Amino acid sequence: MAGLAAAFGSGAMTNSIDEIEFTDLILATGTNTTENHPVIGMKIKRAVRQHGAKLIVIDPREIDLVKYADLWLRQAPGTDVAVLNGLMNVMIAENIYDKDYVESRTENFEALKKTVEKYTPDYVEKISGIPAEDLRTAARMFGRANRASILYAMGMTQHITGTDNVKSVANLSMLGGNVGIEGGGVNPLRGQNNVQGACDMGALPNVYPAYQQVASDEARVKFEKAWGAKLSARPGLTIMEIMEGAHKGSIKGLYIMGENPMISDPDLSHVEASLKHVDFLVVQDIFLTETARLADVVLPSACFAEKDGTFSNTERRVQRIRKAVTPPGEARSDWEIIAAISNRMGYAMNYSSAQEIMEEISRVTPSYGGITYKRLEKNGLQWPCPTPDHKGTKFLHKDRFTRGLGLFHAVEFIPPAELPDKAYPMYMTTGRVLYHYHTGTMTRLSAGAMERCPESLVEINPLDADKLGIEEGQMVKVSSRRGEVTAKAQLTEKSAAGSIFMNFHFHETAVNLLTNPAMDPIGKIPEYKVCAVKVEAA
Amino acid sequence: MEKKIPITIDGREVEAAAGQMILEAARENGIFIPTLCHYPGTTKVGACRVCVVDVEGARSLVASCCMPVSPGMVVRTDTKKVRDAQRLIVELLWASGDHNCLTCEQNGNCDLQNLVYWLELETPRFSIQFPKYKPETTNTMISRDLNKCILCGRCIRACNEIQVNEVLDFSKRGSRAKVGPAFDADYIDSECFFCGECADVCPVGAITFRQSRFKGRPWEMQKVKTTCTYCGVGCQMDLNINNGKIVKVTGNRDYAQPNGGSLCIKGRFGLDFVNNPDRLKKPLIRKEKGGELTEASWDEALELIAKKFGEIKKKDGADSIAGLSSARCTNEENYLFQKFMRAVVGTNNVDHCARL
Repeated sequence: MAGLAAAFGSGAMTNSIDEIEFTDLILATGTNTTENHPVIGMKIKRAVRQHGAKLIVIDPREIDLVKYADLWLRQAPGTDVAVLNGLMNVMIAENIYDKDYVESRTENFEALKKTVEKYTPDYVEKISGIPAEDLRTAARMFGRANRASILYAMGMTQHITGTDNVKSVANLSMLGGNVGIEGGGVNPLRGQNNVQGACDMGALPNVYPAYQQVASDEARVKFEKAWGAKLSARPGLTIMEIMEGAHKGSIKGLYIMGENPMISDPDLSHVEASLKHVDFLVVQDIFLTETARLADVVLPSACFAEKDGTFSNTERRVQRIRKAVTPPGEARSDWEIIAAISNRMGYAMNYSSAQEIMEEISRVTPSYGGITYKRLEKNGLQWPCPTPDHKGTKFLHKDRFTRGLGLFHAVEFIPPAELPDKAYPMYMTTGRVLYHYHTGTMTRLSAGAMERCPESLVEINPLDADKLGIEEGQMVKVSSRRGEVTAKAQLTEKSAAGSIFMNFHFHETAVNLLTNPAMDPIGKIPEYKVCAVKVEAA
Repeated sequence: MEKKIPITIDGREVEAAAGQMILEAARENGIFIPTLCHYPGTTKVGACRVCVVDVEGARSLVASCCMPVSPGMVVRTDTKKVRDAQRLIVELLWASGDHNCLTCEQNGNCDLQNLVYWLELETPRFSIQFPKYKPETTNTMISRDLNKCILCGRCIRACNEIQVNEVLDFSKRGSRAKVGPAFDADYIDSECFFCGECADVCPVGAITFRQSRFKGRPWEMQKVKTTCTYCGVGCQMDLNINNGKIVKVTGNRDYAQPNGGSLCIKGRFGLDFVNNPDRLKKPLIRKEKGGELTEASWDEALELIAKKFGEIKKKDGADSIAGLSSARCTNEENYLFQKFMRAVVGTNNVDHCARL
């Protein structure tokens, strides 16, 4: 999100889900939308089949969307900046970019122009493997579209160059004059139900709610007053730094609410060692997860159907959840638990309902200023929604970017941290499948999901399988410099020759034993989408 | 100003929008016309013909779902000719299927049942002959009993036009015609994604939710509107509750954004975890390092946490404590968590797994 914030002044999805169905061109890159965001996938498919939208897919895998695409660019994993620079190179060289927009709404165009100059289609073909002519066609389609919406997800961000990738996406969108218009925009699709909300609420080491900086005196004084407490001006540690601190011994107490880093984090052996090293670990969850098993205290919490509250979806829409059933045994809502601990520690938190907490949120969070449970009763509201009579905001940056002018970033291509070599000759990328969710804590208990996808599979191209003597359904061992796992092989042309794909839903096949913890220096996101592996019959 | 078209329906003068169908104009004005195959937002196929009306000057009855209004049009929805045609159609449908409401999951929520009642039919004039297909029970999510299928094609349009999954279509012809995936496969052996849209739109008991079989009648269900807990789309959906348990999940087209009633397999069929016996029910405490986790009271657990965090803070400083909040929890909980870490513990060491 740092990339978008730098370019526009706000890191959120610029436009709305509804608009995707009624635009002229959709460019989907690094998003396997039909599996990870199926209902948005549905809107893309309707846009193509029923409303005449053009679809360009840029993805190393032959995902389902390819079937609906007018053009598919299959790049080598981790070469996104080169591809995006290549598109812009063609648009500038052929004069098919929005000059008025670039002039009136953006800055730093000359630097961008200079940098993308060398990314000619032929040069990009050498880096990415995308035929120069296809790149030209894509650039022309994008440049000539009246309204183009760019969609991306973790396929862009889970790279050491994640922030660069996002900046390049922002560059491309601005070059086409697509930010701040209906049906356009740069649209990161958030993977978890309330990632957007967790960020909005300041569950980040450097910001209070609504991205007010902890390092800013003004913001800190405001929150000290609101909360009646002295606050630290020092930005905190990120999740990876917290794990590192736990490992080194500088983090002694750790409180984890509803997360399972024992499956989701890269380089799992390191995570396990870190969590074991903490003096006092509290885990609050609905199940005794792999992480909870390591805790000193485990607290049982209520799930989404057992409590009231709100989630903010990927398009900034704040929506209600409602208590439908009672929690099992003595389980309590997470907010009740936090308040109870706080009270014991001598800081009074006496909320009688989630609604009462929202009233406090809207007082200290400008973008949520107009959000009340009463207004959310029928429909959600999209922030910014600063006042009680504000209708909410369908798309951002209309007429003016949050930061004023849109900022172009000159971004050079940097290859992934780990490339295939003699010892580990294949690329591995990781992700989700339609039928499961994240660490599998929930979906693996679903009869239906398990019927459809009962086990982890290694997706491998038949050409590679043939070379390695691997047959459909055979157990294979996949190893990297960090570890090894075994799983069944699935022969499919979805994976390009030389690349395999694995999902991370199954703890028995903990694929994050293999992944590379090398991080994007700004976003601190690990490079889950590229590492080098060796595949052999098990 | 949009041009208004004046028409008369059942003696009432009403105004319709240009291009509007008679059915839509009638419904907008509170005049009931029954339908079976009609489904808003999908192609108007005019297949079932139960929506027929009498239009002055027309050669025959017309399907109101497919007939656009024209100025001065005079429509009657309640003539004997209309009712006779509707009765014939419904009796034929009744006689050609295994419409046994005693065991049907859709009893009380069935368009055909409602229509039989509305038309005051005692018994079909034709003998009941249905094809004796084997009901499909090869997956745990969706049941299909094509003996109850009235071939309205709603499931096909839902699959192709709403979800655009392109799995279902008609196969064969005449009395052998049926709906389903390619090569007459069961859902589980097909390309089906189990979004459940077909079950949501089926007007009869042909496609139903298998998970909720015998778990509650339609009128016993309490529907609670909520937001799906899986991905970031934030689909709005109805949890159907009976006897304090989630029985099934249904879409609701009235909810509009962001999903217009459509769902995917996870929100639709992925809530088994809520009632799983392995859910944590009591706090657990590990009394000594290397020991086992044992059940404890809330009092004990909270006291221990307050004491330990207090000690660490005092000895090593607030920054030696960190918290991971959650993209799975609510805004209210995330807000409170970071407030707790910042105002109570005194550190900014708070993050969550947005990056992963």
